[in-house]
Amino acid sequence: MTEIQMTVNGKAVRGTVEGRTLLVNFLREDLRLTGTHVGCDTSQCGACTVHVNGVSVKACTMLAAEADGADVRTIEGMAAADGTLSNLQQAFQDHHGLQCGFCTPGMVMTAAALLKENPKPTEAEVRQYLEGNICRCTGYHNIVKAILAASGQDVSAIAAE
Amino acid sequence: MPKDSGIGASSKRREDIRFLTGAGNYTDDINVYGQAYVHFLRSDVAHGRIVSIDTDAAAAMPGVVRVFTGADFASVGGLPCGWQVTDRFGQPMQEPAHPVLAQGKVRHVGDPIAAVVAESPEQARDAAEAISVEIEELPAVVDMKAALSADAPKVHDDLTSNLCYDWGFVEENKDAVAAAFEKAAHVTTLELVNQRLVANPMEPRVAVGDYSRATDESTLYTTSQNPHVIRLLMGAFVLGIPEHKLRVVAPDVGGGFGTKIFHYAEEAFCTFAARQLARAVKWTSSRSEAFMSDAHGRDHVTKIELALDADNNFTALRTETYANMGAYLSTFAPSVPTWLHGTLMAGTYKTPLIYVNVKAVFTNTVPVDAYRGAGRPEATYQLERVIDKAARELGVDPIALRRQNFITQFPYATPVAVEYDTGDYHATMDKLEEIADLAGFEARLAESKARGKLRGLGVNCYIEACGIAPSNLVGQLGARAGLYESATVRVNATGSISVMTGSHSHGQGHETAFPQVVADMLGIDESMIDIVHGDTARTPMGMGTYGSRSLAVGGSAMVKATNKIIAKAKKIAAHLLEASEADIELKDGQFSVAGTDKSVAWGDVTLAAYVPHNYPLEDMEPGLEETAFYDPSNFTYPSGAYACEVEVDPDTGRVTVERFAAADDFGNIVNPMIVSGQVHGGLAQGIGQALLEGAVYDENGQLLTGSYMDYAMPRASDLPFYTVDHSCSTPCTHNPLGVKGCGEAGAIGSPPAVVNAVVDALRRQGHDITHIDMPLSPSRVWAAMQGE
Repeated sequence: MTEIQMTVNGKAVRGTVEGRTLLVNFLREDLRLTGTHVGCDTSQCGACTVHVNGVSVKACTMLAAEADGADVRTIEGMAAADGTLSNLQQAFQDHHGLQCGFCTPGMVMTAAALLKENPKPTEAEVRQYLEGNICRCTGYHNIVKAILAASGQDVSAIAAE
Repeated sequence: MPKDSGIGASSKRREDIRFLTGAGNYTDDINVYGQAYVHFLRSDVAHGRIVSIDTDAAAAMPGVVRVFTGADFASVGGLPCGWQVTDRFGQPMQEPAHPVLAQGKVRHVGDPIAAVVAESPEQARDAAEAISVEIEELPAVVDMKAALSADAPKVHDDLTSNLCYDWGFVEENKDAVAAAFEKAAHVTTLELVNQRLVANPMEPRVAVGDYSRATDESTLYTTSQNPHVIRLLMGAFVLGIPEHKLRVVAPDVGGGFGTKIFHYAEEAFCTFAARQLARAVKWTSSRSEAFMSDAHGRDHVTKIELALDADNNFTALRTETYANMGAYLSTFAPSVPTWLHGTLMAGTYKTPLIYVNVKAVFTNTVPVDAYRGAGRPEATYQLERVIDKAARELGVDPIALRRQNFITQFPYATPVAVEYDTGDYHATMDKLEEIADLAGFEARLAESKARGKLRGLGVNCYIEACGIAPSNLVGQLGARAGLYESATVRVNATGSISVMTGSHSHGQGHETAFPQVVADMLGIDESMIDIVHGDTARTPMGMGTYGSRSLAVGGSAMVKATNKIIAKAKKIAAHLLEASEADIELKDGQFSVAGTDKSVAWGDVTLAAYVPHNYPLEDMEPGLEETAFYDPSNFTYPSGAYACEVEVDPDTGRVTVERFAAADDFGNIVNPMIVSGQVHGGLAQGIGQALLEGAVYDENGQLLTGSYMDYAMPRASDLPFYTVDHSCSTPCTHNPLGVKGCGEAGAIGSPPAVVNAVVDALRRQGHDITHIDMPLSPSRVWAAMQGE
């Protein structure tokens, strides 16, 4: 067992984990931050995406011990303290970018990383950046639209609704 | 002007707030104090006899609570099948036992053999590896036609063969259909495969069984589309727990697409083990387990023949389909290739004579059951592909051939037992031609050609039957369930409302759309209404959500219950206003006396119902809560026309979808935003089937596509923006909302459009290709171009 400590959504946390404990399990089971989801076991689906030291990471592919000392951000840390959705989260609601909601935390975290790297992405760049995130509900139409809208681009020409 | 609330408004989804902030409550987020964890040891061979199971070493591993094997379930019921099909000869289908844990034999890779319950998931998994199982491997049957040969190994030793049933529909028409083919001026024949798919909701299945010794009550938290169905099947047929001692909760569910309808072994196991151990037991599927334990979809092999007269009118249709059941009968498996498939073979066309033959076959593969569309995509794919082929053979325009044969008079009784109430197939085709800009195709073709790409256009129609019904009819067809829906409208003293629905939302947005209906009827704000679903302890007996039935059936129950509320509320208002009940009008949340300025507000009436100081107690009970059950008199029949434009790379065979347009008639629409989203998702699954997806077994029954590394899920870069339209509306005539259902349309209508488009692209280039089986992977398309 290993003692670890990190900052999660601005709060200092500590825990004792097995060497094999994945970051996603530490977040979900030890910290009860269940917004980060597990959708596969081959690092393909991206439902577990979080930010570690500002970089998007699949939390199923990183050991909790590797995140010792890191600054971690999860979906629970994306809205303002008073609950106001971030611009990106609000765009997902406004443009119906989610249905069952299971892939949504990973989509939001990945999209946030994209917009940080590339504040005005093209449609093709958005689609390419989402290659590690699978959604089975939306057909991606409204996810891509929401991300383009969150970047401040006019999406009114994209097929309505 | 778009509406901003009520029916027809694109109200933003209220459930999004919790999903966007990580506050959803999915089954894996639920932990019960003191719970243990189960790991299932699953068969790694497709077919074999269990010689011995030694669990001693596993039982001694750290943290192990108990190891279960088939012996523990010898006296427990098997998983029941909910639909009995009667074959061509009047005999019931062959129906094998489906044990919770294997009894003596394993029949597919993934069949559960033993289960380890331990203090942690890791300890359970480690201990499962210490179980020693000796299996005498038997030859596996994978190919359906081979499975029906006389010397094929039998999946079930106690059945006469691997044939589940040989179904003919309509059997009495068989000879007349044959005679029509004799007289035909032209016959088009096509053999095709509708490949096996895996539904893959992003949330893997999870089950948490809990038991209270204090009350002798069991609770199952599970990833289900229909908690009451699970309660009935598991309680009555598997574990023998009466309903009042069994609660099933399906909280936030991360997508279903059909595969979360069914009752699964893991649900029964967790409930059973929790009772045995008097502590909660949790199972969380890995994605790898999901691939070999979630019911798969499709897997039909079909020969279809279309007969036409000299004027190109369709005169008869005949199909022969082999439908894979897998190793056991999943809950509704027998209904999919029969009543959900044969009844749709008329499509949107006035073909007078139809005969459908289906042979359902057991193989050593994962059970197959309903997946988005369930039978209707298979029917649509065959029909729309063979029509396209016929048009090419006859040298006529495929759209014109379709239009010529459209049904135009309604109601229309098809020769396959169903009656379409409404539709306007020319209108949706007109709309499609407009929104897909078919007039601009030639210019886009030239532009593609200039870039060295082969462009093709595929167009087709579809019809779907939603809201399966009525119960007395489906009972005659073999359903072992009713197919009504329920709703309780509970009006609280201060006027807020809880609507308890028997349907279930796992992405469809009921929590937003259902209040729009009730708010519209009462003239109050949507925010005053909440939807309660997914818990047998909180909702009336309901059949859940599948087959695009929630609004058409569940919504109708809600309308019925709300009408009862309005009727009672008007009586209360009449008393308060000292007026005749017949003179009371409800508008914008106000009850008024017609022709006067006297009125009382919604809240005055609801308060009077619960604080009945000034109330006709001698005539009426206090309170304002009503329940209704709605059993539809017919299916609903959404329809539409779809167009796909593809580009094929002549060097690699890679297909890209450049444009996709869908013109649908869903009848009346409650929330256009949600409806469009449903279509988008269906299109992605249909395009995924056409180009990418496919579950593949080798000849030994090993699943070669057991993860996202080798089962190709559609990703954002595989898909375009879609153009969807649902302005063509012929409202359903037999439900109170005039709605039809939109959840499956996209997945039903899109595969033939894509394949038609690819064939078109290749033929324009001079390739003599009439068909390529899905998925149209680069290798398959390239091979077809090489004449292989």
